[in-house]
Amino acid sequence: MSARRPLPRWADVALLPALNLLLALVISALVLMIIGRNPLEALDTMIFGAFGYGEGVGYTLHFATNFVFTGLAVAVAAHAGLFNIGAEGQAYIAGLGAIVVALWLDNIGIPFGWLLVMPLAMIAAAAVGGLWAFIPGYLQAKRGSHVVITTIMFNFIASAIMVYMLNRVLKPVTTMAPESATLRGAGKVPQLREFFDYFGYAPVNMTILVAIAALVAVYILIWHTKLGYAMRTLGLNPSAAVYAGMSNSRLIMIAMGISGALASMIAINEVLAVQNRLVLDYVAGYGFVGIAVALMGRNHPIGIALAALLFGALYQGGQELSIMMGINREMIVVIQALVILFTGAMEGLFRPSLETAFMMLGPRQKTEAIARSTAQPES
Amino acid sequence: MDIFAVLSLLDATIRLTTPLLLACLAGLYCERSGVFNIGLEGKMLAGAFGAAVVAALTGSAWLGMLAGVGVGVAFALIHGIASITLKGNQIISGVAINFLAAGLTTLLGQSWFRQGGRTPALPQGGRFAPIELPFASELAGIPILGPIYSELVSGHYILVYIAFLMVPLTFFVLYRTRFGLRLRAVGENPKAVDTAGISVTLLRYQAVLIAGVLCGLAGAYLSIAQGSGFGNNMTAGKGFIALAALIFAKWRPVPAMFACLLFGFLDAMQIRLQGVDLPVIGQVPVQAIQALPYVLTVVLLAGFIGKAVGPRAGGVPYTKER
Repeated sequence: MSARRPLPRWADVALLPALNLLLALVISALVLMIIGRNPLEALDTMIFGAFGYGEGVGYTLHFATNFVFTGLAVAVAAHAGLFNIGAEGQAYIAGLGAIVVALWLDNIGIPFGWLLVMPLAMIAAAAVGGLWAFIPGYLQAKRGSHVVITTIMFNFIASAIMVYMLNRVLKPVTTMAPESATLRGAGKVPQLREFFDYFGYAPVNMTILVAIAALVAVYILIWHTKLGYAMRTLGLNPSAAVYAGMSNSRLIMIAMGISGALASMIAINEVLAVQNRLVLDYVAGYGFVGIAVALMGRNHPIGIALAALLFGALYQGGQELSIMMGINREMIVVIQALVILFTGAMEGLFRPSLETAFMMLGPRQKTEAIARSTAQPES
Repeated sequence: MDIFAVLSLLDATIRLTTPLLLACLAGLYCERSGVFNIGLEGKMLAGAFGAAVVAALTGSAWLGMLAGVGVGVAFALIHGIASITLKGNQIISGVAINFLAAGLTTLLGQSWFRQGGRTPALPQGGRFAPIELPFASELAGIPILGPIYSELVSGHYILVYIAFLMVPLTFFVLYRTRFGLRLRAVGENPKAVDTAGISVTLLRYQAVLIAGVLCGLAGAYLSIAQGSGFGNNMTAGKGFIALAALIFAKWRPVPAMFACLLFGFLDAMQIRLQGVDLPVIGQVPVQAIQALPYVLTVVLLAGFIGKAVGPRAGGVPYTKER
């Protein structure tokens, strides 16, 4: 048992997640067979739906944009040793900030008005969503309540607030449905299809550029700034951070604030660009999927981008499944759950056997491994 | 408000408290053993589905309940394998279980019954009938105590009585048996338990599976006692309210009952308060009452009213030293 050596980096980063993902897909195939569908046909439909034509690609990229934001949100918190399970609620309540600014400046009437409104709406959304994460951060840092539980509770509180706001405050008198007034001018974020016919009617929009910028910014933040270094120190060893003179409580609050601000960008991608108004439950579970994205992406922006694309493809492929094969959209939720289960919670499933397999590769490595494990026993 | 209005409010409170209480006690066993469980919601939902399907097909509420428990245990087993054997992240496992239950119940329900995810209406005997306690109608005439007995105590489903009997039982198991002592110890200091030659793994599995049974019962209550059949996402956050109640009760069985009663009462009030003008405060938005359990829990956790500290080893997989 103890003579195992850790996996080579490429196996840990690529092979293990790939095996876990494969297992999730195999079990999804079994579920499909239980309901009497051909899994290969379904896989074919999903791949075509996600990548086979321009509109499909556009939808895949649109969903992937959401997952980049929530994946980064979870990852930034994770680097500081925090588990932000509340990206869902932070992204949801951020819609308030985004829509208020967008509605206020909707009739601004200058050319390319969106270039002014979109950044302002982003700041407002980030402020509201960031605050919604900062409070649990504050409560953990200063009052000692665990951020996991607090963010779960905050998801439900956000949900109640949004129902109230949409029914009582933001709903124009002329509409029946619980939704805000519709954006018609500068408040709307332009769609990429206005520039490229390739995307058909797909909702992929300018926010995807924000997502790419966010990936780069998080990379720089985590690995090339003092703050990022301090956050990682806190995540790896809180007492070391204290001895190094860092303020843990300050770092916790900052990390949570950044995390919430990142999640908030979903409000731009969904509310301003697609719905053009604030509606109920537009976050639709993207926040929770962010946990899986961050896990699969190993909290690294490149990994998160790839994992977000994968989940984007899964979402769009799942839509295609329900249109082409009449399989309930809930199939996506099942696949998603299995991916979270196997790549997340049961991540260690193949690790022991893989480690054994790698150890068998060469006798030299084996002696090395034994030497290492006797010198430094695993904890 | 006359006595019957009060009684009907309290009666509704008891009905709404029951699933919360069962799920809350499920969480209590699990978390007291050091395994976080945010998958209560999913296990309850899956249990409700299993119970409704079997009850609809066999026409037996008892078989339905058994199926609900079986499904609850199966989902609990997933949680156990992930978080005990594979030492995975217990929170992520819970998230996965919630998603899996939400997806599978709708998917299977739709492909088996084609009623938009609902299960077919329960046949005769497929649903639990309320139990009239002895002398309920004879004693109803006695002032005050009579109506309380006949309206409030009598006339509930068997699962209501099971849920409330589970409270003293859990208290006894937790504080008066060897198993309970070990269970509490393993959640605080698993190493000490291991050093004493007791298997941490076995204890935690027992706790997780007990939680599965209780969640199954809670689900069965929703679909084949209180309700008649399964509907999409019928738990609607009750699993998380139960979690909030558990924290509110500081992981203790008797306070857990009172916390669940409080949250059940809020739920019952919320229906009655819709559109009613109260003196001084005016109309209370329904959402404010709905959010109250969560707000109270946050405030409690933050130490503004008392202090809630969970089992010390909670959330940490136990690794034997080598």
